[in-house]
Amino acid sequence: MKIFGQKPTASAWFGLVVVAVFIFVALFTPWLAPYPESANVGGTWDEPSVKMWLGGDQIGRDMFTRILYGARMTIGVALAITLLSFFIGIVVGFTSAVVGGWVDIFFSRLVDVMLSIPGLIFALIILGVFGSSIPVLILTIAVLDSTRVFRLSRALGMNLSVMEYVEAARLRGEGLWWVITREILPNAWAPLVSEFGLRFCFNFLFIAGLSFLGLGIQPPYADLGGMVRENAAAINFGMMAPIYPAATIALLTVSINLVVDWMLSMDARPSGAQAEL
Amino acid sequence: MAKLIVNRLFLGILTLFAVSILIFVCTEILPGDVASAVLGQGATPEALIVFRKELGLDIPAYLRYWNWLVGALQGNLGVALTNKRVIVDEVLPRLGNTLFLAGYAALIAIPLAVGLGVYSAINEGKLSDKLSNILTLIAISLPEFFIAYLLIIFLAVNVNWFPSLSTVFPGMPFSERVHQSTLPAITLTLLVAAHMLRMTRSSVLSVMSTPYIEMAFLKGAKRQRVITRHALPNAAAPIITVIALNLAYLVVGVVVIEAVFVYPGLGQLMVDAVSKRDVPVIQACGLVFAMVFVLLNTLADILVILVNPRLRHKR
Repeated sequence: MKIFGQKPTASAWFGLVVVAVFIFVALFTPWLAPYPESANVGGTWDEPSVKMWLGGDQIGRDMFTRILYGARMTIGVALAITLLSFFIGIVVGFTSAVVGGWVDIFFSRLVDVMLSIPGLIFALIILGVFGSSIPVLILTIAVLDSTRVFRLSRALGMNLSVMEYVEAARLRGEGLWWVITREILPNAWAPLVSEFGLRFCFNFLFIAGLSFLGLGIQPPYADLGGMVRENAAAINFGMMAPIYPAATIALLTVSINLVVDWMLSMDARPSGAQAEL
Repeated sequence: MAKLIVNRLFLGILTLFAVSILIFVCTEILPGDVASAVLGQGATPEALIVFRKELGLDIPAYLRYWNWLVGALQGNLGVALTNKRVIVDEVLPRLGNTLFLAGYAALIAIPLAVGLGVYSAINEGKLSDKLSNILTLIAISLPEFFIAYLLIIFLAVNVNWFPSLSTVFPGMPFSERVHQSTLPAITLTLLVAAHMLRMTRSSVLSVMSTPYIEMAFLKGAKRQRVITRHALPNAAAPIITVIALNLAYLVVGVVVIEAVFVYPGLGQLMVDAVSKRDVPVIQACGLVFAMVFVLLNTLADILVILVNPRLRHKR
């Protein structure tokens, strides 16, 4: 079978299948989970059994059910962040590239300053002031992440906006929105798609990390990072409870990276992608 | 060359200044009113007024920023809201602990990653290179706490070589301190080394595609010699940048690792402050983290200028 006109390698196949399974699970969680999201069906950290495949969590809920719901929650939030981040990054990046002048200088310097503070530290500062709720989380991380998307799309836009067809559109008298959406965007898809995979992975790990610190998605919602935190004490008794949600995170991010790695190796990244570092 | 270095130093200071403004704006001006955000909706108007006064919110923002900046420059970061302690006295020993942990990890990670990265570049396309590609890709994608808990299960619970929690206190013997922080240091090493290895490999390979390297091959030099004698001196600059980037990343990665091992570092202090919403402590920690980050990047750029053979002579 071919995808994008190429035969996936073995590792890419593994990644594609796992990502497909995760999407399926996230869409149909309530029908797939053996128990309701917060039902106590056993004792604290019960051993895995036929009834509870991965045992119980810290208050006796079914670990497998919690992981399904947690994955749905974390994937949903990470997806929302990445979509918003790309919307902001692409619009501002292409605008900077097309308009140029002081608009470009202003946004570029702003991004330089934002990138000179580590993202996690920045996010902690914001969360410390506003408190942690899902809208604040999505908005904060999306704005921070959009700086990377901005750099990529600005570089792509710079390369594309000097093309003859963009010049022609401008001479025709088309507006800024038309030039960005109809002339530049269609030609910038390929690098943006693989970047989307990488940014999603990064945001997924970011939100899981924040939840692990107790500053991300708050209970009663199940989410993978928070589950690792809640079950952390089990590790001192040699029990695997925090490993299961952590391994679920790892499985998804490794799989996405395997797919993206294969996509990048299909054709060398276009020059615009160099701006990523 | 000296002019370039002075320029870079100036840029570093300018960046720090901009960063301090950004931190201040995010914590004090953006939300409109920190007091009601911290105290919550149930706060009485009287409590709000008292709290605003305590934060100094009754004076204009630019004056508050100026006082904060001048204080920070003199080593006075203010007083914590929650326990009224002097922030500098809490930040400094914890910064020491964090830098100790980061330095320990860097000491293992840098030689390991640069060595293996060059080795993979020499053996490009062979089995060992492909294997290291997959392994490092996996290591990069793993969450920090996953690696940490796996290490705890194997090295602390199963064989009991290292403690699962790092107890570090002032005045403890150096060897004991190293023993206590080994597990977090290994975790950090695995995280950073994978990144560094991949970037070292690709920067060596990008030098390898230049014409003068092709010339060296054409004159019959062996691959290994071309890499060590011709490519590496010119790949030094990108490798230094790679190391600095990853050291900066190390400083951030430390936050989560400290939480796993309950290591008393700056990251823990910041996370605690965020959950208690202690704004002055958050500002102070953010500023110190940003300072370390900017300092490392500036240092790297200066080193790059110094090792660049093309800049050694006056034009």
